[in-house]
Amino acid sequence: MQALYAQLLVGLINGSFYALLSLGLAVIFGMLNIINFAHGALYMMGAFCAYFLLNLGGINYWWALLLAPIIVGIFGMILERTMLQWLAGLDHLYGLLLTFGIALIVQGVFQNYFGSSGLPYAIPDQLKGGMNLGFMFLPVYRGWVVVFSLVVCLATWFLIEKTRLGAYLRAATENPTLVRAFGINVPRMITLTYGLGVGLAALAGVLSAPINQVRPLMGADLIIVVFAVVVIGGMGSIMGSIITGFALGVIEGLTKYFYPEASNTVVFVLMVLVLLVKPTGLTGRAA
Amino acid sequence: MTALTDDTLPVTPRAMRDEMILFVVMALLLASVPFTGVYPFFVMQALCFALLACAFNLLIGYGGLLSFGHAMFMGTAGYCSGHALKVWGLPPELGILVGIAAAFGLSLITGYISIRRQGIYFSMITLALSQLLYFIYLQAPFTHGEDGIQGIPQGHLFGVFDLSKPTVLYYVVLVGFLAGFLLIYRIINSPFGEVLKSIRENEPRAISLGYRTDQYKFLAFVLSGTLAGFAGALKVFVAQNASLTDVHWSMSGEVVLMTLVGGLGTIFGPVVGAFVIIAMQQYLAGFGQWVTVIQGSIFVICVLTFRRGVIGEIAHYFRRSL
Repeated sequence: MQALYAQLLVGLINGSFYALLSLGLAVIFGMLNIINFAHGALYMMGAFCAYFLLNLGGINYWWALLLAPIIVGIFGMILERTMLQWLAGLDHLYGLLLTFGIALIVQGVFQNYFGSSGLPYAIPDQLKGGMNLGFMFLPVYRGWVVVFSLVVCLATWFLIEKTRLGAYLRAATENPTLVRAFGINVPRMITLTYGLGVGLAALAGVLSAPINQVRPLMGADLIIVVFAVVVIGGMGSIMGSIITGFALGVIEGLTKYFYPEASNTVVFVLMVLVLLVKPTGLTGRAA
Repeated sequence: MTALTDDTLPVTPRAMRDEMILFVVMALLLASVPFTGVYPFFVMQALCFALLACAFNLLIGYGGLLSFGHAMFMGTAGYCSGHALKVWGLPPELGILVGIAAAFGLSLITGYISIRRQGIYFSMITLALSQLLYFIYLQAPFTHGEDGIQGIPQGHLFGVFDLSKPTVLYYVVLVGFLAGFLLIYRIINSPFGEVLKSIRENEPRAISLGYRTDQYKFLAFVLSGTLAGFAGALKVFVAQNASLTDVHWSMSGEVVLMTLVGGLGTIFGPVVGAFVIIAMQQYLAGFGQWVTVIQGSIFVICVLTFRRGVIGEIAHYFRRSL
């Protein structure tokens, strides 16, 4: 039973990353109509940012949790202003290709300087150790990751679905021209939205740094699983991405316990099954 | 939303003549390679990738469908051909057929699943399916995991042509490439191809005209996947191995890059693109990981400033359809 709970916890943690990443993808897709292939690379940059802050600037984990998303988010906004905005009005596929190119550049540069092996990032002192829950031993840091990302996901959901700013955002997604006529600076909003989505990816990177090592390719394979999560969930709603992300992480964890051989493929197999039954995805609207 | 490719120029008999002249020039140039100082293995490898890119282009350039997992067909055909040749001891012609049949079967299944969603969702699904296959091949016993299938025998094609001789192998690969290229050319210029183009331009309109667009897209997917498998089967004889590299998603990205550089939706573009990218990898190998950065930069530059690709720009300048 211990092993089952342990795998469930691993599943929840992976689910947190899936949720944060697919949430960022959904936010970006909503405003920019771009599937951000660079998302995995930006996640990796978040982790490296935390690593640099600690080893070069002596800035600890807690500040990194705040600073890394801002730094990477600004990098993202520069990308949006210099490149992505020129694709407005073109076919979706060009956005995919451009961000794929950006991902190759970013990952290539990091691989040149850091090779492909991992760099360690220590768990902050306050989150070391573990708790005995009676039925299992819970490492504090892992519990923290799950709770913290859940809070961030819900906060993002609240921001977009329940606040005035979110209402503008959603309106601009539906009809940018009209929103512009009301005197709202839509291009700036698009840039900020991209920054927000990228910031979420970077935050996931910082969270994952102490668990998985900091590696240049840490986002490259993860992003494909997240794409499968997105296809399953359908990106129709913000809440849909969050729930699908966590749920698939848990399912993956359970598979690791009951049938480890399939743990790498279960998300993809699920994707196939969902597509056969419901081509638009679980929460999705028609494309 | 503007169309994916610039295809406003009507295909006139004049343009067909241009294309045929260019085809003959290309065939003659390629046929003369063994008499020049060019390394034949480099050209053979480029030809296999050119065929793969042409097959990929059939789907995106004429159907508007961006498959981001096209390496899975090449890789699957490679594994199956390799296994048939090495373990079953089949002659080359049957080995190639096994590979093509495997790619055909795979494209039936993956096409049925992926054609249900459009646009970027289609791309993500093909990518995810190819990653699924990657993990399966990583664990399946017959692929030998990380080692791949090595030392695949080349044998005698039809019992006559000794494929272990580089010149013989070169011409066999060249004939295979040209046959595949002509087949794709024929498909594009058939009534089927015209319907495909109309789906790319405006799918709702094609539906309203009474075409079952899903069936056309599915057929295009299967044709493209099967031809990509043919490229993979040929590549087995050149490389004499089949490995995980060929099914990894980064290979699918390279195929996209080749087609983009050459020109999406142009007939000769993927060939030029494949030669450019393979040559780059060959001659820039000393730069190590910087090659990835260079490839990424080419992606970015192409998308931002150079969307028609090399051949597309030339065709646009001369107002021809190439």
